[in-house]
Amino acid sequence: MQDSHTTAAHHPAFQHHFETMEQQRQASTLGMWLFLITEILFFGGMFTVYLVYRNWYFASFAAGSLTLDVTLGTFNTVVLIGSSLTMALAVHGAETGKRGMLVGFLILTILLGATFLGVKAVEYTHKFEEHHVPGPSFRFGSEELRHFHEEATMLRSTQIHGVELGEVQLFFSLYFAMTGMHALHMIIGIGVLSVLVWKARHGRYSPEYFAPVEYAGLYWHFVDIVWIFLFPLLYLITRHVGVHP
Amino acid sequence: MSTAVTTAESIHRRRHYLNADYGIRSWLLTTDHKRIALLYLFSITFFFALGGLFAVLIRLELLTPAGDMMTSDTYNKVFTMHGIMMVFFFLIPSVPATLGNFLIPMMIGARDLAFPKLNLASWYLFMVGGMFAMYSVVTGGIDTGWTFYTPFSTTYSNTKVIPAALGILIAGFSSIFTGLNFIVTVHRMRAPGLTWFRLPLFVWANYAASLIMVLGTPVLAITIVLVFLERAFHIGIFDPRLGGDPILFQHLFWFYSHPAVYIMILPSMGVMSELISAFSRKRIFGYTFVAFSSVAIAVFGFLVWGHHMFVSGQSVYAAMVFSILSYLVAIPSAVKVFNWTATLYKGSVSYQTPMLYAFGFLGLFTIGGLTGLFLAALGVDVHVTDTYFVVAHFHYIMVGGVIMGYLGGLHFWWPKITGRLYPEGWAKLSALVIFLGFNLTFFPQFVLGYLGMPRRYHAYPEEFQVLNVMSSAGASILAVGYLLPLFYLLWSMRYGPEAGPNPFDARGLEWQMASPPPTHNFEQVPIVSEEAYAYHTAQEVPVAG
Repeated sequence: MQDSHTTAAHHPAFQHHFETMEQQRQASTLGMWLFLITEILFFGGMFTVYLVYRNWYFASFAAGSLTLDVTLGTFNTVVLIGSSLTMALAVHGAETGKRGMLVGFLILTILLGATFLGVKAVEYTHKFEEHHVPGPSFRFGSEELRHFHEEATMLRSTQIHGVELGEVQLFFSLYFAMTGMHALHMIIGIGVLSVLVWKARHGRYSPEYFAPVEYAGLYWHFVDIVWIFLFPLLYLITRHVGVHP
Repeated sequence: MSTAVTTAESIHRRRHYLNADYGIRSWLLTTDHKRIALLYLFSITFFFALGGLFAVLIRLELLTPAGDMMTSDTYNKVFTMHGIMMVFFFLIPSVPATLGNFLIPMMIGARDLAFPKLNLASWYLFMVGGMFAMYSVVTGGIDTGWTFYTPFSTTYSNTKVIPAALGILIAGFSSIFTGLNFIVTVHRMRAPGLTWFRLPLFVWANYAASLIMVLGTPVLAITIVLVFLERAFHIGIFDPRLGGDPILFQHLFWFYSHPAVYIMILPSMGVMSELISAFSRKRIFGYTFVAFSSVAIAVFGFLVWGHHMFVSGQSVYAAMVFSILSYLVAIPSAVKVFNWTATLYKGSVSYQTPMLYAFGFLGLFTIGGLTGLFLAALGVDVHVTDTYFVVAHFHYIMVGGVIMGYLGGLHFWWPKITGRLYPEGWAKLSALVIFLGFNLTFFPQFVLGYLGMPRRYHAYPEEFQVLNVMSSAGASILAVGYLLPLFYLLWSMRYGPEAGPNPFDARGLEWQMASPPPTHNFEQVPIVSEEAYAYHTAQEVPVAG
């Protein structure tokens, strides 16, 4: 026991309360996955709220959902999936010890993340201009309702009645809470990746030790997956309003 | 391994975790799980005292039927702060953050928890959360009750809801990280030979509690975030005027806060298993059943939140299902109590202080558990909802159970933590006083509640006064019981006789090292070759024949 402890101790990243480098790696991997489970539950609370209210206030949620910009949403989904790819390539670069590849793809990932946030900012601005932000100045006028009714008639929906201002406002509350919390996670992710870029440039990672890159990758993929759920739930789900019983 | 310990050497000369470093910096920047456990011990004691102070104010107000000592507004703030301090800053962290932190690595033969820096960060988060909660007290208090029911908390209350809620959110992250640390440590850092079914039951219990911390707390976190958003920006997630639903808040809140009761009680149950086997010198009867009952409680704990909402307007069918599920929790709880009793049977029981606390636990937990069955029954619950019956029930379980386990464990491992023995006579007295004071405080509340006294009122009809005076008198006895250990334990840190590595002749890896332990616990990681609780008493062998 003592021997394995002392022989593994040469790596600078090795922490001395572990027996071996392998044990340290296993512990931190399990820790990261557990953390992601807590994140799933964290978002899970909001998903629960959203699903309950969407079920209750179907027409209002459909009307609110139809005002979201599917083009921008789709663009952002593509951007984010692309960033997952670049992140995976960055991890691969770390694994194989290619420092240039690691740094390059990390920077690319950050840029894609920033693009996503930029588009999100544009969408938020539109919402402000259209007074779709919950609060005293909230408006959801005849224009939006007509649009909704046209869509619903075209799709032969039976559920075009019962749009209530309060319920539509609830939809937008959830839209801002969920996408806002997602954006906050992106900002944190970009911060983490920036630190990784700095450390990677100083040669802190090698094929023997690249756990932080791997875990940042897991986090980044997780945040992407949350969006993969948010996008259909907020933007797309209403597009089949007609076939809903 | 016990041979490695040189008992002749005095505590002062030997290097151990307490004297390895000096100065405030060495404590505030430590990553040693044992020192962090002590940081928690001091801060939790402080928050307990603060919560206790509010309890004193409550009991003083309720001495007389008229609401004469404080206004109803002040009273609302006082019981709210009592609840917040006690639940989030004492009961939930008490056993895992102090005893769990101190013992889990040593019990499984590890040098530290898997993530020592995260462990320190947890303590800082806990303290920052506590500061936020205290900030809300000094800047005017909060009057929503510790449950933050909406829409009162989001719309109507004119008090400091946001800082208090943020404090709980932050402390919640501390709890998540502690749980995460424990789970990873137990999975990945066990010594060779220490299989899952050789683990001490204390470790099992904390493992199960950690699962709840990791799976439940994030839901509380997002619920508080939503309350915060609604209060700050008037979005209508829980406000019925804006289309929201306050019942949904209750679902989300109790999805965490009912399992939170098991975060509190499970680690105490783990302490019980250690105490009862050590002081009856027997292996725990039905070890695997006790181990799995912890996990079962954790699992069932997630399925019963709706019993807090029997009268809130959820559907009758939902209420029936939650009622049946709530009964189910009684099964693993009873498995534990029966197995402890069976362990005592024909054991060579010694009535030392930790064991007195263990008996206290058995008494209080059994009363609390049985009255829990009353409350799980739909019809009875409708009668006693929001009365002192409920107050008495959850104090028996949460406070009675946790305090007895916490103090029992603290006494049991005190010689390990400090290297010194406490005065046995005083300690026995404290156990007795706490048990009597506790029952005198809370038993009358069962009667009060059954007779119809509602909770959270600062005035009451005169016919309830006798029972209320009994309860307040009990509270003052209880306060004496709590103060006693504070004094003699502090005294023993300086003047207590040196304890040696294993004063109770107990089993388990933590007893095989010096008291207090060295900073890295084990020079060489031990190899475990025997079951947990391998006690062999002289009586055991002939009785079998």
